[in-house]
Amino acid sequence: MAHFKKKQAGTKQEIPTSAMPDVVFMLLFFFMVTTVLREVTLKVKLDLTTANNIEKIEEKRLVSYIYMGPERLENNQFGEDKVQIDDSIVEDIGAIRNLMYDKLLEEPKLIVSLRVDENSEFGLLTDVQKELQQAGTFRINYSTKRED
Amino acid sequence: MLLKKRERESAEINGSSMADIAFLLLIFFLVTTTINVDTGIGMVLPPPLDPEVEPPPIRERNQMNILVNAQGLILMDEQPVSINEVKTKLIEFINNPNNDETLAVSPEAAIVSLKTQKETPYRIYIDMLDEVMGAYKDLRDAASRANYGVEFDRLKPESPQRENIQDMYPKKISIAAEED
Repeated sequence: MAHFKKKQAGTKQEIPTSAMPDVVFMLLFFFMVTTVLREVTLKVKLDLTTANNIEKIEEKRLVSYIYMGPERLENNQFGEDKVQIDDSIVEDIGAIRNLMYDKLLEEPKLIVSLRVDENSEFGLLTDVQKELQQAGTFRINYSTKRED
Repeated sequence: MLLKKRERESAEINGSSMADIAFLLLIFFLVTTTINVDTGIGMVLPPPLDPEVEPPPIRERNQMNILVNAQGLILMDEQPVSINEVKTKLIEFINNPNNDETLAVSPEAAIVSLKTQKETPYRIYIDMLDEVMGAYKDLRDAASRANYGVEFDRLKPESPQRENIQDMYPKKISIAAEED
């Protein structure tokens, strides 16, 4: 009786994995580049309010933040409403003008994102807005969450 | 002769664990990355007023005065309204379909003036601004759908169509704190 021997394919059945580290490294670099590690330590309490008709800011590098809310004190207490820019609390509202003007010189298309606590008073916001007008940073954004 | 029989060690570095190291780093960055998009209500502030230059006169009928107090009570042109009515009233004011004498002459001329007390919580102010933005969004969407068949958001940025609609319904919103 004649045997029919199954012909085995001559190719290897393994997938070459030598390029895998390259792929993984590529992904790694992508995430390393997109990661923003430096987050500001908030010195004010911030509960954002919600709104419906909001838009996304796509150009994140243009954005500079101003935080407003009750100051965090020791032992979990909250003080008066304060303004925080970058890492420090700005005591003198009149100093915002120069601070923001310097930022505007660095980034002419600056967008100022105002992150304001939902319970802080409107009066402080107008004071800050007046300073922004003086500084010439007219594009602002009231940071809110999406209403569900 | 003495033949040394020794197995040759391979000169290569074992690279198989390289993938593991890379994966570990990858997972670390995957976890720490926050791709958070900032969302909010965009506004453009007006330039500061020059004290020597008189502000241009505004016809009374073109301006909608909205007053909000710290309790969240709303007055629209001296009439108390609830927050749910604001949007419809604003759309009526801006569009003025029946050519009412007391409402805006044209959408381009309409100005929404939002005044709030200094003590008003930010939340109430944003709710109010949200309604104004909502009114403008509805108007722009309607105009965009009538002219181009798509919603305003789907028009390309800086396209002539988009600018057309923006010119039809410019957002003229004035924000001020009530002087006491």
